[in-house]
Amino acid sequence: MAIRAFANRHVAGWVQAAPLAAVLLGFLIAPIAMIVVVSFWGATEFSIYPAFQFDNYEFLFGSPVTYRVFLATFKYALITWALTLTIGFTVAYFLAFHVRSLTMQVALFLLCTIPFWTSNIIRMISWIPFLGRNGIANQTLISWGVIDEPLEWLLYSDFAVILAFVHLYTLFMVVPIFNTMMRIDRSLLEAARDAGASGFQTLVHVVIPLTKPGIMIGTIFVVTLVMGDFITVRFMSGSQRANVGRLISNDIALLQYPSAAATAVVLLCTVLIVIAILLRFVNIRREL
Amino acid sequence: MAKPKVGYSRRSLLKAGGAALAASTLPAPMLWAQETKDIVLRQFGTGVSNLNDVANKVKEDLGFTLEMTALDSDSVTQRAATQPDSFDIADIEYWICKKVWPTGNLQAMDVSRIANYDKIVGIFKSGKLTPDSEIAQGTAPHTVGFIPEPGARSFADSETNWMTLIPTIYNADTLGIRPDLIGRPIESWAELLNPEFQGKASILDISSIGIMDMAMVCEAMGEIQYGDKGNMTRDEIDATMAIFTEAKRNGQFRAFWKTFDESVNLMASGEVVIQSMWSPAITAVKSRGIPCVYQPLKEGYRSWGGGIGLSNALSGMELDAAYDYINWYLSGWVGGYLMRQGYYSAVPETSKDFMTENEWGYWFEGKAATDIITSPTGDKLAEAGEIRDGGSFEERMGAVACWNAVMDENQYMVRKWNEFIAA
Repeated sequence: MAIRAFANRHVAGWVQAAPLAAVLLGFLIAPIAMIVVVSFWGATEFSIYPAFQFDNYEFLFGSPVTYRVFLATFKYALITWALTLTIGFTVAYFLAFHVRSLTMQVALFLLCTIPFWTSNIIRMISWIPFLGRNGIANQTLISWGVIDEPLEWLLYSDFAVILAFVHLYTLFMVVPIFNTMMRIDRSLLEAARDAGASGFQTLVHVVIPLTKPGIMIGTIFVVTLVMGDFITVRFMSGSQRANVGRLISNDIALLQYPSAAATAVVLLCTVLIVIAILLRFVNIRREL
Repeated sequence: MAKPKVGYSRRSLLKAGGAALAASTLPAPMLWAQETKDIVLRQFGTGVSNLNDVANKVKEDLGFTLEMTALDSDSVTQRAATQPDSFDIADIEYWICKKVWPTGNLQAMDVSRIANYDKIVGIFKSGKLTPDSEIAQGTAPHTVGFIPEPGARSFADSETNWMTLIPTIYNADTLGIRPDLIGRPIESWAELLNPEFQGKASILDISSIGIMDMAMVCEAMGEIQYGDKGNMTRDEIDATMAIFTEAKRNGQFRAFWKTFDESVNLMASGEVVIQSMWSPAITAVKSRGIPCVYQPLKEGYRSWGGGIGLSNALSGMELDAAYDYINWYLSGWVGGYLMRQGYYSAVPETSKDFMTENEWGYWFEGKAATDIITSPTGDKLAEAGEIRDGGSFEERMGAVACWNAVMDENQYMVRKWNEFIAA
C-alpha cells in the first residue's frame, strides 16, 4: 500500500521537498514573518506589547533622517560596488586570461583569500591605527614631505568607511567573475581576433557580455552586504555617519524592538527591489 | 572547619562600632554551615562593580557563592524589568531603579537590618552631603531611594524604613582632557564645543548619559536655561539636539564612543583632546604614560550612583544571605577596593580601615600622595606628591550639578538621539 502511495509521483515529490521546505519555513519564513508582525507592535521603555498600529512606520517615514540615512546607504552601496567591480574584474581578468598555468592560477587565487583567514572585524579595525591622525599613513606622508599637516579625512570619514568596504568585499566580486571567465570558450577569443577585433573590442564585445552573470552574482553579494552592514560604518566613521543598519542597531540598543523591526522591514523590501531590478538585466540561472 | 553561621567577619563587627550594638540591632540568621555553603546568589549589573575579586572574597568571608554577570546598562535595565526570575541581586544605577521599580520586580529592604545604615553618606538619605548643601538636578539617589511601605510601587519623599537600593558605588564625572595637546587651562563644559577643538572632541553615544553631558555644555554656553536638566521638556530636548547637530555638521566631533576601550583609545592616540570620559578610563590612559586629566569644571560634575536591589522572588534563607551580603558590602572591604580605583563607597569611614593612610589621603581627602599610589590590581596610578584631579570627596561630591537621570520624555529623547547620531 505504502509502495503504491509512493509510486504516486506527486506524493513522492512532496515528500522529497518536505525537509527543505521545513527548514526554510522554520529558519527563513517564520523569523521574517515575526519581524513583520513585531513591526506593528508598540513599545514602552522596557517592554513591547502586541498591537496593530502604524506608529513605527509613521515615525520612520515622517522623519527626514530616515531619507538621509537611506540615501547614505545607497551611496555607500553604489560607490563600493563601482570600486569592487573595477578591482574585482581586473583581478579576475588577470587570473583567467594572463596567468596560463592552472597551478599558478590556483596559487594566486588562494593568495587573494589570505586576508579572509581572519575575522572581518579584525581586518576592519586594523585600519584604524594605520589611518589615524598620528597613524602610519600620516607619519609616512609627512616624513616624505608630501603633506605638512596630518590628513584628518583618512579616518572617521566616508573615505574610511568605503575603504573598509572595498577591502572587505572585493573578493566577493573576484570569485564569481573569475568563475565565469574560466568557463568562456577560448576559441571565441581566437575567433574575435581572427575577425580583426582589437584587444579592447574583444573585451567589450566578447568577454564582458559573457561575464555578465558572474558580475551580477558579485553585485548581489556586495550590494546586500553593504546595505545590511552596520558595524563597519560604526567603527570606521567613529559613529559619525549612519546607514540603515546603524539605525536598526541603535533602536535595538535602546530596547525599541518594534521600531527596529519596522526599519528592518523597509530595508528588506528595498534590498529585494534592488535585486529584482538587477535580475531583470541578466539571467543568472545560466550561471548556476 | 565550617563556619557556624553566615555572618559578618569579626573584623567588620568590631568596626561597626561594637559587637553589642550589632547584636542588638542585627538578629544573626541561624543557618547551618552545610546549607550556607550551598546557597548561590545570582547578581547582575554593569561591569563597574561586578568584580570577580568581590565574588571570591564573599566565598571566603561569608561562605556562599555569588555568581556575577556583567552587562551594559541597556541590557541591565531590560533584564531587571523583564526577567525577574533570572537574578537574586540587581546591581543597578539609581536612574535604572526609577524605570524598573514600578514593575514590582524588586523588594524593599528593611533598613533596621542594615548595620551601617547610620553611616551611609547623606546623599543617599536626605540628598544632602552636608546639611547646607544644595540638592542637584536629575534622578538624585534619595528621590528613588525609599518607598513608603513594603510593596509600594511609588517612591517616598523622605527617609523611611524601606530602602529600594543599598548604595554601593558612585562618582562624579566630568570631561577628560589631554593637557599636553591643549596647552591652556580648561575651566568650563562649554569648551567641548569650542571651535578651537574642531575635529578633536568626542562625546559618548549612550543616550541617557550623553544627553546630560550635552545639557551641561549648553547651559555652560548660556544657550539654554533648563528647568531641570534631568527632566527636560520636548522643547529643551529639541534645542539641545539642535546645538549639537549643528556642531556635528561643522565637524566638531572626531568620533563618538560607546565602550570604555574606545574612549581610552581615542584619548591615548591623540585623535581626541577633550571628551566625556569615565574615571577609570582616565586611569587607563595615564597608565600608558600619557598625560590625561579628569578636569574639574566650574559648572560642576555630572554624577551617578549605583546600588544593590533584591529580587522580589528572594525569601527565607537566601534573603537572609542577601542581607548578610549587603552588610558585608558596607563593612569596608569592597569600599576600600572600589575607592582605590577612584570611586566612592557609600560608607567611606568603614573603607578607611582597608586602605593605607596614603591611599585614604590621596583618594578621599585630596591630599598629596606621600608614596606611589597603585590600583587594587597593582598598576601604578600616581607618583608621590601628586594630587587627585578635583581634590577631596567633599569638593568633588559637593560640586555635583546633576545626576544621571531618566526623563518623562525619555522615548522622545531616545528618538531624537538616534536622529542626532544619524544626522
